[in-house]
Amino acid sequence: MKRVLHGVDLDIEMSAAVSLIGGNGSGKSTLLRCLVRLIEPTSGSVHLYGQDVGSLRGRALGRLRSRVGFVFQRHNLVPRLAALTNVVHGVQARRHGPRTWLQTLAASDDRDEAYSCLEAVGLGDQALQRVDSLSGGQSQRVAIARMLMQRPDIILADEPDASLDPRTGREVMELLNELTRSRGIPIVIVSHRMEHARRYSDRIVGLSGGRIVLDTPARQSDPEALASFFEEAQQ
Amino acid sequence: MTFQGVQVRKVDGVPRFKAPGAISFIVTVLAITLVVWAISGVGLSAERLSRGLPALGGILGRMFPPDLERLPQILWSLMVTFQMALAGAVLGLILAFTLAVLAADGISPHPLVKHAARSLIALFRTVPDLVWALLFVITVGLGPPAGVLAIMVDKIGFAGRFFAEAMEETDKGPREALSALGATRTGIIFSAIVPMAMPSFIATSLFSLEKAVRGSVILGLVGAGGIGVELKVAFDLFAYSTVATIIICIFLLVLIVEQVSNWVRRKLI
Repeated sequence: MKRVLHGVDLDIEMSAAVSLIGGNGSGKSTLLRCLVRLIEPTSGSVHLYGQDVGSLRGRALGRLRSRVGFVFQRHNLVPRLAALTNVVHGVQARRHGPRTWLQTLAASDDRDEAYSCLEAVGLGDQALQRVDSLSGGQSQRVAIARMLMQRPDIILADEPDASLDPRTGREVMELLNELTRSRGIPIVIVSHRMEHARRYSDRIVGLSGGRIVLDTPARQSDPEALASFFEEAQQ
Repeated sequence: MTFQGVQVRKVDGVPRFKAPGAISFIVTVLAITLVVWAISGVGLSAERLSRGLPALGGILGRMFPPDLERLPQILWSLMVTFQMALAGAVLGLILAFTLAVLAADGISPHPLVKHAARSLIALFRTVPDLVWALLFVITVGLGPPAGVLAIMVDKIGFAGRFFAEAMEETDKGPREALSALGATRTGIIFSAIVPMAMPSFIATSLFSLEKAVRGSVILGLVGAGGIGVELKVAFDLFAYSTVATIIICIFLLVLIVEQVSNWVRRKLI
């Protein structure tokens, strides 16, 4: 077994945009996934909203997860279903049952909310398109709409632009930034692009070899120091 | 047409086949021996076949023209056969899905449940449908209900395994995304896994129905109802022209079911 994180101590305030940066295998994604127990830490503890995440089981874990919106590197949508149905799935954060499985079965309120989430990401006109007919950028937008449908208290975004071309990636990052700022939702975002980290976050935390080696306010960050960090990280 | 600087190289010195190693040679010889042993063991010989051919020709000669006198009764039995196949297949597929959820890796609620469900599916799959039919004829009596139960159990074994494999092979990404937002196991199954596995479910279900229609004909031979009973009686009475009518009707039914099934497959997948 390879150790990915080495005794990381980190406090993240629930009011800001924080970027986690670092090279491949530095532990950024692992750290993010530990927050909602998509990966189980082998030791140590993770606290979110005053709760020890590691001690939660079953419904309690589900309730905690429902407060956290997770945006993945890949959109992770259900390919054969319509964009609207994929967004309706976000309601499963607070309600269960057959009416949350398909947009055709969904309650009118949920359906309307899902549609407005799609409109918020600029895809209102694609609501009934199957997601496997959408482009990569559009699919990632649908995934963000699903996350909004969840009504999260915090957003964790694991390199949401990783599978997109630079221009589409920038558009997705702009969208996330706009949505989180306008709705006052804190966000922790894993990024491998220096310009994104500086532009879209208030605080930058750098990881290397599973340890925190950099922690600085984004506005006061030294571009040269950041550039050399990224250079070293990519070696 | 102009060729300039054209070169053709002949591949020399590259053997067409690689010389087999000692183990491959022994395995090949053993496999051939096994096949020869099996054929000789069942007493199949050219002499016996040549003796049987005139008899087959005689039966075929007596089959034509087909006797249409019992056609209404035959069509009625054919309908019962189709009803048995449809009812058995649908009930079997529903139960197969339930068992498959319990048996699928990464979806089953507990390893013990998974092993129990897998064992049950394996049992249903390995025992032939004719044996199930005999068992149900004894337990629920002669007639279509025994046939429906036999088809149902056979389909649980057949489709259960394919359904479980189809669900296991679905993309883990959407499942993880729903899990991360707090969806329940049932929610993940019906929102992500079932839609992703649907093409495989449809293909397996249609193939199950085709298999059930073909299988239900044979089940009648052991008293489980349907056209098989008519076929057995006709053979027992040496009424080969009636046998011909029954075989043609079965052929048409299977053909229609396969064509409709192909059409549905094309439309839905």
